[in-house]
Amino acid sequence: MNQLPILIRVFAYLSILTVGGGMAAFPEMEHLSVTVHQWMTSQQLVHMYSVGQLAPGPNMMMIVSIGDWAVWKASGSMVLGILGGLVVVLAFFGPTGLLALIVGRGWKKLEKWPWRLSIQQGLAPVSVGLLLAGTLSMAKTAVTGWTTGGIALAVLLTMMWRKVNPALLVLGGAVAGFIAFMPK
Amino acid sequence: MSDITVPTPSNDAELVAAARAKATVFDIFLQFLIIGGTSFGGVVPYLREGLVTKNHWVDDKEFVELLSISQSLPGLNATNMAILLGDRLKGWLGAVAGIVGVCLPGGVLMLAVGMFYRIHGDHPYVTYMLKGVAAAAAGLLLATCIQLGKKSLSQRFDLVFVLITVLAVNRLHLGVPRTLLFVGLAAVLFHYPRKSEKESVSQ
Repeated sequence: MNQLPILIRVFAYLSILTVGGGMAAFPEMEHLSVTVHQWMTSQQLVHMYSVGQLAPGPNMMMIVSIGDWAVWKASGSMVLGILGGLVVVLAFFGPTGLLALIVGRGWKKLEKWPWRLSIQQGLAPVSVGLLLAGTLSMAKTAVTGWTTGGIALAVLLTMMWRKVNPALLVLGGAVAGFIAFMPK
Repeated sequence: MSDITVPTPSNDAELVAAARAKATVFDIFLQFLIIGGTSFGGVVPYLREGLVTKNHWVDDKEFVELLSISQSLPGLNATNMAILLGDRLKGWLGAVAGIVGVCLPGGVLMLAVGMFYRIHGDHPYVTYMLKGVAAAAAGLLLATCIQLGKKSLSQRFDLVFVLITVLAVNRLHLGVPRTLLFVGLAAVLFHYPRKSEKESVSQ
């Protein structure tokens, strides 16, 4: 049970870091979930994130598994684990949700504010940078050799040249991984 | 809600106004639940399909506006859109209905996946597949970085800010909050409002 306040604190904090997308918070999420609180290993976190790309809806719903896992590990209770997952979702979407509500209502006024465009133009490269930083820290765990590097590159090139549903490419990655790593 | 014989609206604005007047909190919940349960591989096309094409709750222009607000705020596109649209239609109750709907299917699925992984995650067959899945996800993310960069950067010099951000987080381990504060502030100041924009707003 004592994991719940920690989860709330961690995920409410991660929430405000998701500038430009959920992946912006990944380096911090990895640091807090793996190193600081030891809810899971880097590899488990990357696995959950990656499988999460196959799920519909917001692409960070794998946070549910972190919450579930953290509380289940500490208490051994499945019910409390589910509660942990729920708490994490509320903490992660609460602060940004409230901000979106406020900004959405004031947008008519904000739109005419000269600095509004500056903020959007200035945050754009920082968002891309944060996304790239998150991608690189995730790739450090995911890409470990020629085979995984090849799969990642194949997906990247396909995405650049063809309009394919990304979920299908991730499924393709599962098939490729199965074939490539299966002992002959 | 009451009259069924509404005359066919002559233009988009009337169509949207009529559709909005009819929308209930439950409609919002249901539509976002459908989006949350079917949007495999990225939520934006499904949002447009559900909100613009199917329900006429917004026209394309307002959809793009809401999406641009969503993208410039912290938070995910899917959840920010649910909040913004739900609020415009039915106030904060609509916003709550939207975000709960869009998160529910994926959340339940990931809870189940997490439990399965906890039990079978170290089975060799699962491990082989997960290695491939993680590699594919890494490639996917890199493609997203490139696409987002192409779309959202307003000038080539912005690449410098991208690079500084990556170095600050991954090499200097400055942490995301401080990086956002320092690099973000520098980038915003770099894009300070130019004259033509300043003049158009006279206080």
